[in-house]
Parts: sequence; structure tokens; C-alpha cells
Amino acid sequence: MLEARGLCKSFGKVAAVRGVSFAARDGQITGLLGANGAGKSTTLRMLYTVLKPDDGDALIDGRSVVADPLAARRSIGVLSHGAGVYNHLTARENITYFGELHGMSRADREARAAELLELLEMQPFADRLAKGFSQGQKLKTALARALVHRPKNVLLDEPTNGLDVMAVRGLRKLLTQLRDAGHCVLFSSHVMQEVEQLCDEVVVIAGGQVVAAGTLADIRARGGDRLEDAFVALMEPADAQPGAKT
Amino acid sequence: MSLRGIWAVFRKEFRENLRDRRTLLSALVFGPILGPLLVAGVVQFSISHAEEQSDEDIPVAVMHAERAPNLLAYLSARGVDINNVTFDEAGARQAVATQAQKIILDIPEDFGARLQEGQPAPVVLYSDSSRAFDRRGVGRVQLLISQYGLEIAQLRYLARGIDPISVLPISVQQIDVSTPSSRSVLVLNMMTYLVLLSMLFGGLYLAIDATAGERERGSLEVLLTSPVPREHLIYGKIFAAAVYMLISLTLTVAMFSVAMSFVGLEKLGVTANLGPRAASKLIACCAPLILFGASYLSIVSGFAKSYREAQTYLGLVITIPTMPLMFAGLLGLQAKLGLMFVPFLSQHLLMTTVVRAEPIEPKFVAVSVASTIVYGVLLMFLAGRLYRREALLG
Repeated sequence: MLEARGLCKSFGKVAAVRGVSFAARDGQITGLLGANGAGKSTTLRMLYTVLKPDDGDALIDGRSVVADPLAARRSIGVLSHGAGVYNHLTARENITYFGELHGMSRADREARAAELLELLEMQPFADRLAKGFSQGQKLKTALARALVHRPKNVLLDEPTNGLDVMAVRGLRKLLTQLRDAGHCVLFSSHVMQEVEQLCDEVVVIAGGQVVAAGTLADIRARGGDRLEDAFVALMEPADAQPGAKT
Repeated sequence: MSLRGIWAVFRKEFRENLRDRRTLLSALVFGPILGPLLVAGVVQFSISHAEEQSDEDIPVAVMHAERAPNLLAYLSARGVDINNVTFDEAGARQAVATQAQKIILDIPEDFGARLQEGQPAPVVLYSDSSRAFDRRGVGRVQLLISQYGLEIAQLRYLARGIDPISVLPISVQQIDVSTPSSRSVLVLNMMTYLVLLSMLFGGLYLAIDATAGERERGSLEVLLTSPVPREHLIYGKIFAAAVYMLISLTLTVAMFSVAMSFVGLEKLGVTANLGPRAASKLIACCAPLILFGASYLSIVSGFAKSYREAQTYLGLVITIPTMPLMFAGLLGLQAKLGLMFVPFLSQHLLMTTVVRAEPIEPKFVAVSVASTIVYGVLLMFLAGRLYRREALLG
């Protein structure tokens, strides 16, 4: 369960996020939808504790990211923008390294890595150095790394960027599995179809503020039967807002 | 607070960089092999050059040799290779300037006549003093000519009934107290400099990777979401860089020890104390620097926006700590207690003392080791603070 409560963040004079509040519940996939520069990444980065909010707070399973970021980090798994992996480690080592950082015992993290390698169909390249990996293989490695400590909450920043169709389908399958297992999944995207196909709930962000939130049906009700039309309708008042950091 | 995060990061950095060709080249090849080879090469060259020079006859071109047969016979009996030429004055200058001749001796027409009359008889010597290799030859020719003059003078005194000894009121007796070891100062300065530089290079890529590399690869954000205090992440990286520096340091000193034993410094009149015992003392002197060096480089690369920028910064910054060494060389600094508080300089002075086989003051070692470790720890904490900043994310 993730709760954003009036999150604010400025970079110099640019107000990237201006009072964002929403909740992402367990057993649901929540999409953070917005144009480039709307403040999605900054919001996510505050949720996963690498940025400190200027104002407001976020709760991860009730733990404040401001007051106790270390505790908050234990229950989140993060796929950051770009999904960089360590080139001189194998896929398996990339995964177990994060298990170790999360304080898992050797036996535990190795068992879990094996489990994830199988789940994500990574065996063919499990013990190869990540140096020559394709985008899809890198993404799988980064995903497995995010899930190694069995986090209750999974946050993904534009996970489908630069992926081919097969990789996107694989990712979709995995996110659905996570939801069905009771996880709270939050991902950001600017691709309508993706959000439409996957999400139970959508939070639309524009100009650093939440302009709409609810189920897909709720959002569609605001502007047309297609999400895209609804999105465009929602954007119109927001266009007057100053742009923010991408 | 649990330190397992530091350990996890340390192990991963150590292992990952063991597979990185760039790190291995800079830690295990460039410094440890090229440095000692360079110094050994320079020493070998100057040895063979010195041997050659002392044995070789000095070639001197002589204009109008027929005017001073006795002088020339005197010279050629003392290792001067006379070679008759015909030039005018301008031609002689030209020949020396263009290196066609190294030294030209011109005997003026009235040389014999003036000598007979007891008047000063000039000879003209052309040479190019900007050519270091020829300077010694000119000096020797000059010395031989004035010795010849002195012998004539002594004969004249005798002819006039004066004891030649009485016209030499002062005689200078030179006593050279330099021990063979202390003569090796130049070689030594070069060596300590390369040892310290090579040590820093050993951890260079790890330091760059700690911030700039992780950020550029896009792995930094995820690393920061792990439940490990941020400063522990950088401490782990600093320790890994420090261990690479220690490896590089050990290999470099060992290579120096081996290379110098092959070169045969004795021929140059130098005995450097570089056996296994001295080598381990050298390593022990420098080892406290690894924490300082690793923290220092990590801090600098933390300010760089990209891998490339970090490489550029570090290329410059890596030479700064070794600057005091140059002053030490220029000013001929000796080990003093006050200087033991200066990192790198104190290690240089201690290393010099060890290699010159001079007694080491335990107090000096204690101050050098303790102060260097304190600076290292302070820098490490500073790096930790830096890793907490949000600007780190770029």
C-alpha cells in the first residue's frame, strides 16, 4: 500500500511536483499517467526515497519515507528509469547482490535468484556477464533485482521504454502475476494503451498535480469512451501550467 | 548500525572490477610494470652512457695543427682524438652550430712566436654549451690545455730559479663525502613519485565508478533504494578502491625491487637498498595512504557529471597530492617532524630514508602513519556526506 500525501518538490525555481496525493492499493495495478515532464518520475523518486520531498509525505505500508526511509525501502522493489545493471556481473550476481544489500542470507538469496530466473525465463543467460545483454534481457535482470527481497510494493518508472513487443508482453504477464499475488504495483507511463490494458486504477498527473484519479471507467467518464480522449480533455486546463523537469 | 551493507558493496566492487580490463590494466599493468621499467631504462641508459663517455676519446677538430705540434701531441697522448680541418672563423662557428663538429680548436698564427717570447699565447675553442653530452668533453679539453700551460709555466719558473711550488699558494683538495646510496637521489625521487602515482592509479577506475559510473549506467537510483545507509554504500566502494591501491602499491614496489637488482646500480656508483626487507618497509610506509587516496578520488569524481568528465578531472587531480614531492626534490628537503604531517610528502621522505639505508626515526613513522590515517578517515566521512546529497543523482 502506497500513499502520497501532498508531495511537493522543486528543483531550483522549477516546481516539478506541487501537492500530489493519491493511494495505490494492494492487489491492484496503479498507473501513473502523464505527459513527459508532468512530474511522474519525480513523484516516484520521492516514493522510492531517493528524493526527499520539500513538503508532504508518503507512506509505504504505513512507514513514512521522510521519517524512516530505511524501513520504507525494505518493503519496496524499484525498477528505475533506464534499468541499469552491472556489466561485469552475471544476471544471477546482479540479483544476489541486491539480495545481499537487503540483508538476505546467502542460501536465501541464491534460492530466490534461482526462483526469479525461472519465473522470468532467464536461464539461457543467467550466468553470462550483463555486458552484452539486449534491452529485454537487461530489463528482466533489473526486474528480478527489484523483486529479490519479495517486496510487498513494486514501483516501476516507464518500464516499457525501449522494449520490443515480446518483452512488453512478458512484463505485462509478470505485473499481472504480482497483482494476483496481492502486491501493490505502481508504474508510470505516457503510453495510453499500456495503461488501458493493465491498470485497475489510474492517476493522471499534469503540471506536477493530480488532475484525475480513479478506475479506468471513472477516468473515461470524464472525457470520452477512449482513455486517450479523456486524457486530452484532462490536459486542456493543465496546458497553461509551466512545464517541469522530465 | 549493521555494517553488512559496506561488506556487500565491497565484495561486489572487488569482484566486478577484477573482471574489468580497464581497472586491471591501470591497477596491475600500467603502474607496476611501466613505472619500474621506465626508471630501470633511464638508469641503464645513464650507466651505459657514463661508461662510454669515460672510455671514449674526445674528438677535436683542429685548425692549423702545424702551428702547435707539442700541444697537440700532449693532447693526443691524453685521450684527445685530433682531426685536422681547414675552416675560417665563420666556417668554424657554422660547423659547431650545425653539429658537423663538436669541438674545434683554432691555433692562431702567432701562437708559437708569443709562446717563445713569454707572452700569453691564445688558442680559440669553439663548442656549443647547450649540448649537455658535449659539455664534459669541452671541459676535459680545457683542463688539458691549462695543464699543458701550467707545465710550461713551471718550467719557466725553474729556469728563473724560482720554486714552482711557491707560486701555488692555495691548493684545493676535494673530498666527496657522498655515499654511494646518497648519490642515487635523482633516481630515488623518480621512483617514490612513480610508486605513489601508481598506487593512486590502482583505484582510479573504482573511484570513478562509485558515482559517475553508477549514475551513467543508471544503476545508482536502484542502489540508493536498498535499505543500506547511503554513506555505507560509498564506504564499501572506497574500501574496494583502497584495496586495489594496496595491490597496485605492492606490485609496483616489488617490481622496482626486481628491476633494480637486474640493472646493476653499483656500476653507477649507487647502491640502492631495495631488497625484500626494504621493499616491505616501503609498502608499510605508503599503505596508510590508501584510504586517503581512495576517499580523495571518490570525492572528486562525485562532482563530475559523467564518466568522461570524471576521467578528465581525475587525470589532473591525481597529480596534486604528488606536487609536494617536486618541491622536495627542488629544495632538497630532509625528513623533519613537521613534514611528517604532510601526506604524500612524509611517505616520500620516509621511503627515501629507507632506500638510502639511513636510520629511521620511529617518531617520524608514527606521526606520518597516524596523521595520514586521520586525514583518510576525515575524507572518507566527507565522501559519505557527499553521497547523501540529492545532487548526486544528477
